[in-house]
Amino acid sequence: MIDTKSPSATTTRAQELEVVPVRNYGRWVAAIASLMALVGLVGSLAKNDNLRWDIVGDYLFADLIFDGLATTLWLTAAAMLLGLGLGTLIAVMRLSSSPVLYGLANAFVWVFRGTPLLVQIIFWGYAAALYKYVKIGVPFTDITFFQAETNALLTPAIAALLALGLNEAAYASEIVRAGIQSVDPGQAEAAHSLGMRPALTMRRIVLPQAMRVIIPPMGNETINMLKMTALVSVISAHDLMSNIQDVYAQNYQVIPMLVVASIWYLALVTLLGVPQAWLERHYGRGTTRAGHVSPFRRLLGGTVERLGKNSKEQSR
Amino acid sequence: MSTPMVRAEGVRKHFGRLEVLQGIDLTVERGQVCCLLGPSGSGKSTFLRCINHLEKVDGGKLTVDGELVGYRQHGDRLHELREREVADRRRDIGMVFQRFNLFPHMTAVENVMEAPVKVAGVSRAEAREQAHALLEQVGLGDRAGHYPAQLSGGQQQRVAIARALAMKPKLMLFDEPTSALDPELVGDVLDVMRQLAADGMTMVVVTHEIGFAREVGDTAVFMDEGVVVEAGDPRRVLVDPEQERTRAFLSKVL
Ligand SMILES: Nc1ncnc2c1ncn2[C@@H]1O[C@H](COP(=O)(O)OP(=O)(O)OP(=O)(O)O)[C@@H](O)[C@H]1O
Ligand SMILES: [Mg+2]
Repeated sequence: MIDTKSPSATTTRAQELEVVPVRNYGRWVAAIASLMALVGLVGSLAKNDNLRWDIVGDYLFADLIFDGLATTLWLTAAAMLLGLGLGTLIAVMRLSSSPVLYGLANAFVWVFRGTPLLVQIIFWGYAAALYKYVKIGVPFTDITFFQAETNALLTPAIAALLALGLNEAAYASEIVRAGIQSVDPGQAEAAHSLGMRPALTMRRIVLPQAMRVIIPPMGNETINMLKMTALVSVISAHDLMSNIQDVYAQNYQVIPMLVVASIWYLALVTLLGVPQAWLERHYGRGTTRAGHVSPFRRLLGGTVERLGKNSKEQSR
Repeated sequence: MSTPMVRAEGVRKHFGRLEVLQGIDLTVERGQVCCLLGPSGSGKSTFLRCINHLEKVDGGKLTVDGELVGYRQHGDRLHELREREVADRRRDIGMVFQRFNLFPHMTAVENVMEAPVKVAGVSRAEAREQAHALLEQVGLGDRAGHYPAQLSGGQQQRVAIARALAMKPKLMLFDEPTSALDPELVGDVLDVMRQLAADGMTMVVVTHEIGFAREVGDTAVFMDEGVVVEAGDPRRVLVDPEQERTRAFLSKVL
């Protein structure tokens, strides 16, 4: 730090000198050129009569659309919860020393990651054709605890949830496993040496640290899931996309309806960034990280300010 | 005579084909400080980890406070312990690691509170009070709210000692607690350990600090290639050893 009370020759000179930030002329040119291209594109879309903005406006806040949105949202949330819960279980199974658990978990991931999601959705939608009744009992005996007709249980919404959730579990298990393995084994040893049991160690020590590695890719998975719910329109689960398709099947306004869908998907994806940022901050506590620089500052060339910030942090 | 805190008779351990411990005999009485010394790879850490069952013993007999490590005796039968029974036994044995292994997502005081609250079922308020007292005891009363990343190595290690003490252990294991520290930070940690020994804690300490072993240790054990080469009063073993291997080792570290 500069001592202002006893000005020596060097400090006075340092204060008189003006600091000139790096000017990134190339960046400015590129930014202006791409902005102009964007304005041109948006302008041509806005003026295009085939797009029928009036229809977009009519349907953007229609009840039918909101119904679909609600389904899409709960389907995304429920499928992600199922995926993350089951995925964590599978990740722990894959890291277990029991060959049976390990093998089962591997087989699950192999099947659900190795077949197309569309196939899985249609499969669950038509599972009644495979098993007319769902029975829970002791295998190879007549003892049955529970029995129901498959069609009554497996509504399109439940089928969609199963398809998306099970598929997600396969991917989530890989992410969670990588997260668990990223935690220093010394952490679990320290917990064990304090008398913490394996499950408690996993819950209190390992998983919270693994979260730092797990959350960014799971954020991506959630965004993906939101959009993949559109696939369940093939079994008409009444999500946003199903309802959009119902509309354009009648009025043939395919493009305007797709614009309505895109606007809503974009809005939801943007909103998802908020909880993700919050979670990343929550699980990042205890780690020192570099100060955040706003994109605008970065464009202007914020190196000088960044340096100033660093030296301030160091002097603390 | 009371049962010794740690008693090893012919303890063996191998990793694959590598015989890491080839029959360790060693006794640590209550209230004693036993210092383990020896060259790298001689099996010191492995033996220490056997004591709280972080490693499974392959042969011989190892008891802590009269109880066989990893087994429960029922008549004349030995039952292998379940994982949670192993965990319950570890509550009484504190361990301090070379690389501290503090929980990075918790503050110093939360690190110390974790096991009392989650394992021993102490109320949060009581655990917090006790944690503050322990941090005070290791000279870190003013650092309670800091995360490990905001502490120096020596401070982290003292928090780790406080964390282990929070479970009120009857035995403390130290695996090279000062080896990862800058020289000027070693003294603070050794001071805490010295005080602990003076308060009567039973300790097994793997260390390369010959001065500490001579001053604080009740016994010094020199290990090499998985066997105890020489054991006894540190003021003899570490000053005027009988064995050539001990002499050669000491001339290298001093
Ligand atoms: N989990 C393991 N798997 C395989 N080999 C191991 C394992 N742990 C330790 N070893 C081997 O056992 C031997 C003894 O290791 P140990 O850590 O007990 O030595 P040490 O005396 O503590 O040495 P240092 O002073 O370097 O810490 C070494 O050769 C090491 O490579
Ligand atoms: Mg070691």
